[in-house]
Amino acid sequence: MKSFEYAAPRSETEALEVLSAEPGRTEILAGGTDLIGLLKKMVLTPDRVVNIMGIPSLRQIERLPDGGVSIGAAVTLDELLDSRILDDYPAIEQAIRGISSMQLQCQGTLGGEICQRPQCWFFRDGHGLLARAGTAVEAGDNRFHAIFGNQGAAKFVSSSRIAPALVAIGAFARMFGPVGQGETFVPIDQLFRVPRHEGQRETMLAPNQLLTHFVLPPGTGRFSATYEVRQGAGPEFPLAAAAASLALEGGVIRDARIVLGQVAPIPWQSPEAAALVVGRSMSVELADAAGDAAVASATPLSQNGYKVQLAKVAVKRALLMAAGLPTGGF
Amino acid sequence: MTDSWKCSDAAANFSRRDFLRGSSAVAAAASLTAAAVQADAQQASGVAIVSGATGISLDVNGKTHTVSVEPRTTLLDVLRYQLDLTGAKPVSGDGSSGAATVMVDGKPLCASTLLAVACVGRKIQTVESLGGAKPDAVCLAFAEHDATQCGFCTPGFVVAVRAFLDKHPQATEAEIRSGLNGNLCRCGTYANVIQAAIAVVKGGK
Amino acid sequence: MADTQYSWPSRDDAKLLGKSITRVDSLAKSTGAAKYAYDINFPKMLIARGLGSPHAHCRIKSIDTSAAEKTPGVVHVHVLDLAKPGSEVQWQGELLAIVAGESEGAAAEGVSKIKVEYEMLDVFVTDSDLAAATEAGRTSKGGGKVQTEREPGDDDDEEEFLTKEFDRLFKESKYVVEGTYGVDAITHCCLEPHGATVRWDGKSLLAYLSTQNVSGTDEGFANDLKIAADDVEVRCDYIGGGFGSKFAPDYWGVAAAKIAQATGRPVKLMLDRDQELKIAGSRPSGYIKVKLGADKDGVVQVWDSEHWTSGGATGGGISHGVIPYVFAPKNYRRNAINVKTNLGPARAWRAPNHPQACAITQTAYDDLARQMGADSYDVFLKNLGTDDKPGVGGAKPSVYAAEMEIAAKLMDWKAKWHPHGKGQAKGSLVEGLGMAIHTWGGGANDSNCLLKIYPDGGVESFCGTQDIGVGTRTVCMIVLAETLGLPVEAVKANIGSSKYPVSGPSGGSTTVGGVSESHRRAAQDALAKLFELAGKKLEADPAALEAVGGRIRVKGDPKRSLSWKETCTLIGMRPLEVTASFKRGTPSPLSNQTVGGVQMAHVTVDKETGVIKMNKFVAVQDIGLVVNRKSAASQVYGAVIMGIAYSLFEQRITDPKSGAFLNAELRDYKLARIGDIGEIVVEFYEPDSERQRGVIGLGEPPVISPGAAISNAVCNALGVRVPVLPITPQRVLTALQKTGRA
Repeated sequence: MKSFEYAAPRSETEALEVLSAEPGRTEILAGGTDLIGLLKKMVLTPDRVVNIMGIPSLRQIERLPDGGVSIGAAVTLDELLDSRILDDYPAIEQAIRGISSMQLQCQGTLGGEICQRPQCWFFRDGHGLLARAGTAVEAGDNRFHAIFGNQGAAKFVSSSRIAPALVAIGAFARMFGPVGQGETFVPIDQLFRVPRHEGQRETMLAPNQLLTHFVLPPGTGRFSATYEVRQGAGPEFPLAAAAASLALEGGVIRDARIVLGQVAPIPWQSPEAAALVVGRSMSVELADAAGDAAVASATPLSQNGYKVQLAKVAVKRALLMAAGLPTGGF
Repeated sequence: MTDSWKCSDAAANFSRRDFLRGSSAVAAAASLTAAAVQADAQQASGVAIVSGATGISLDVNGKTHTVSVEPRTTLLDVLRYQLDLTGAKPVSGDGSSGAATVMVDGKPLCASTLLAVACVGRKIQTVESLGGAKPDAVCLAFAEHDATQCGFCTPGFVVAVRAFLDKHPQATEAEIRSGLNGNLCRCGTYANVIQAAIAVVKGGK
Repeated sequence: MADTQYSWPSRDDAKLLGKSITRVDSLAKSTGAAKYAYDINFPKMLIARGLGSPHAHCRIKSIDTSAAEKTPGVVHVHVLDLAKPGSEVQWQGELLAIVAGESEGAAAEGVSKIKVEYEMLDVFVTDSDLAAATEAGRTSKGGGKVQTEREPGDDDDEEEFLTKEFDRLFKESKYVVEGTYGVDAITHCCLEPHGATVRWDGKSLLAYLSTQNVSGTDEGFANDLKIAADDVEVRCDYIGGGFGSKFAPDYWGVAAAKIAQATGRPVKLMLDRDQELKIAGSRPSGYIKVKLGADKDGVVQVWDSEHWTSGGATGGGISHGVIPYVFAPKNYRRNAINVKTNLGPARAWRAPNHPQACAITQTAYDDLARQMGADSYDVFLKNLGTDDKPGVGGAKPSVYAAEMEIAAKLMDWKAKWHPHGKGQAKGSLVEGLGMAIHTWGGGANDSNCLLKIYPDGGVESFCGTQDIGVGTRTVCMIVLAETLGLPVEAVKANIGSSKYPVSGPSGGSTTVGGVSESHRRAAQDALAKLFELAGKKLEADPAALEAVGGRIRVKGDPKRSLSWKETCTLIGMRPLEVTASFKRGTPSPLSNQTVGGVQMAHVTVDKETGVIKMNKFVAVQDIGLVVNRKSAASQVYGAVIMGIAYSLFEQRITDPKSGAFLNAELRDYKLARIGDIGEIVVEFYEPDSERQRGVIGLGEPPVISPGAAISNAVCNALGVRVPVLPITPQRVLTALQKTGRA
């Protein structure tokens, strides 16, 4: 790793003091399961690393008056599982369990998982987030790259496994800073963006802005699930994933949000699939059709066409699981 | 910036005071929240910036060690080079293998992805703490059930199994098979690791 | 000794041999006490890291290490030969320079500051594409062979005869199967990377080397450092995996010694994970086009194939000699093409040639069963032939047949069987069965042993061998203790130093055989001497004595006996020293070569996603005489699990344009995890006829069959062949889509 300074602020305000506005000069350290590897490979070379694990407000899980939940960004995934607060949000619990590594769950945080950098092997080998304006991906091996949202230079997939669940559930992110800005709440899907040039990252967080909490709306009346297509039992990333959140009343879907993961530079919402299921009762045929609808607009690259089928199946199975029906597969 | 974000009704109803007050559901959190308010209300008192080589105290296997580290020094490097606790192994550098698993405050974490400076004030236990004159049941079970071949993944596995069984002392075979996927073995000792873990469950330790 | 009859005790008489004995060093491993080369720390030691070429094919124009040298904490920068201007780099990752610093951070930072100018050269890495390889001028003849039952007449033109003959044979076949099959390249991926921790003491070099060749690597250092082998000691008490890749110090080990010399400080130089995968060993890929013809009974009468294979940049690949694998049809024509790529060179990977050959040929045999609508078991059985008319090389047909029967029972094959693709689907899940058979040599290696028996009763041996996971120390101890009539704990085996009597490298599954030979001989010889001494004391004929239960006693008159300790006091003041030597290839009742094995897989495939799960795997293996049942079984489990990895998950993925090894980190280089293995059943086939053959090597044979067995099981489940290993979800979906069965 390149040499860096280290700071461990004890409050949100202190954190802003030690974060730099200049991109790349400071990096936020939570569990370290993603950052440390990137520092070792010198993909990131900050001058200062800011450890936020000592900020108490970021470590809390709270039930809110409206029945929703506030989760500090630095809460570890195992703490989340143990708290039972996820009983109302199976999509999140399933995504965390999918990570399959006790160590990653104990060390990794919710904020860190959401903000983790892409797994794109061109990025991690130092060719830049856009991998030379997308050319390396187009010409090279793109089997694990995006099938949606890939018409610009960005062809990596958003690697977060929990983000699709949070987007489907309609979570909000609370951010604090930069200095003088105070707090901001954004719907979680607006946290992510498709970068257009190398100066941009995959979230719209400013370098000197802290992601502090995730706020979940009440879970009553909603049924959610995450389905991941995983090649093996280990923590390696899924080939495709989907999270679905349904508002069910008497077996009829009143509202739906369907979000695909591992297929686009951002968690990929499918209003088409959602529109198809609203007003109807879930069935295998409906779930299948929704899967088709979700991938109809896919634009696969030269080697990742197979992901279209996997994404479709992920949507189908997430919907079936959310509705309490068997998936018929693994 | 905030103007351009349209918050839904949920967010609009959601005031900062609501947020901080929370409910009584998590009592400890409430007191922490209060502390956060306090801290924020004060003038920021200045965060210590650590730069270059610095001496830190680490609590490892029940003993306090003073070591000199840079901010970029990993816990694994301190354990292996400065404390000669070479049980935890460097395999992948990014935590993928679990070979560097140690316990920090009772939880299994990968020392290869922990900065030493971030471990100050935390209780670190390595595989060596499970050895000694009376080895832990997990160590004995690994030996008895031949859950080691080359042995390079073994310390990480032993700590992981110990941590897993501490949390799930009645773990079933299915739970064991799905609870230890954070550890890689190239030689293929998994079948015997499962037997070793089952034996520890049966033995009640 | 010249007239000693070396032999093993019978199954009934054996006290330790063949039993399940806990390894003597397991606890050291499980408590973290075991020290590997990576673990050795010397005072004032420098940490060294290498700079690898980022490019797969390039020429070095210049290298500037000045900024690296000025990096705080960097003590020394060593430029390697490959970095000399004008040198050609032929694969990504090959080391150009090494930086030694006070810490990991300093060394890594120093590496990042080295500036190199490269001239880019043409890259080719797509070894699976024969047409592209040919066009790129990357192919060369790999040899071949033709054999026909009928011979050409004296006046016949041989070429013409062969063309006509193969035409005829195929025309006369009841079944003709054509297919392409393949297996991608993988790496050794030892968890402990290659490297060494070295220290000079005056002009003597002490090298803790991660090696499977303790006795042979001192010369490797000595030659390159231009010193005497006597001035080098290689130590390796524990090695974190070798699998055939760690027979030499390698240039980086030598470089560590040079840096230690130049700086006057000990040096630890270990490869990074990505370097380990890129440059420290790979297993050749292989892709084949097959046409086979079988008679009405499903016995293959003619085999015609061409395979292309790549051992990376240094050439070589899968030998045609193992095509088709184990099965030996009377008529065959086989041809090999070697493909040279800009990828890290192949090294011997557990059972070189065999796993790939099995995977690309026994799949064709299974496709014959599929075409016939027959049970694969029956087709494999028929093609074994009989002992007097064998249809296989390797073990005897009767051995394979017996092992098949055992395996089928353990798998419940008959009950589970359904014709390919005709199983009952449960939702999108289909299951299937597959099998394969294999063989291996495994004759005992050279081994020398020094055995000391002390007047106080202590026993220890010294042998310049190593333990790459087989439990060598315990094997030695079992053999000594069995011979001397002692408990295992009463003896000690010292291994892991090149200063001990020379013993062969751990390659070819020869270690257990080798050390069993040297230790049994030494112990029998020592016992003979002790019997002389005890005989005098007991006033008995030495030939009438036996060593049982810690005593030396007269056969049939156990009251006339001495304890072990009493016997040893008769030795005198100095220990009794016996050396024994075994030379590889010596006919001996103690060891043998050539084993067989049968493996069966039961899998479930999710047709919608292509994801595959292992349900059950059965491995039946003969290895002559089992020494330590516990560690022997572990070898089989381990090999099967390595097999599951290369069947379903493991592959080297390279960028077709840049030649980069894209998945050279464990995040992307997929191995099997504990949740992937399913149920594994291991059974040794050891009737008296096998046991009396003596010790035969086990490390490699069980890793051979999983590829074919699992591919055949997937094919049985789907009714469609997924032709290339690893069988990823992507490949399953492609295969299903091709045949319209998606």
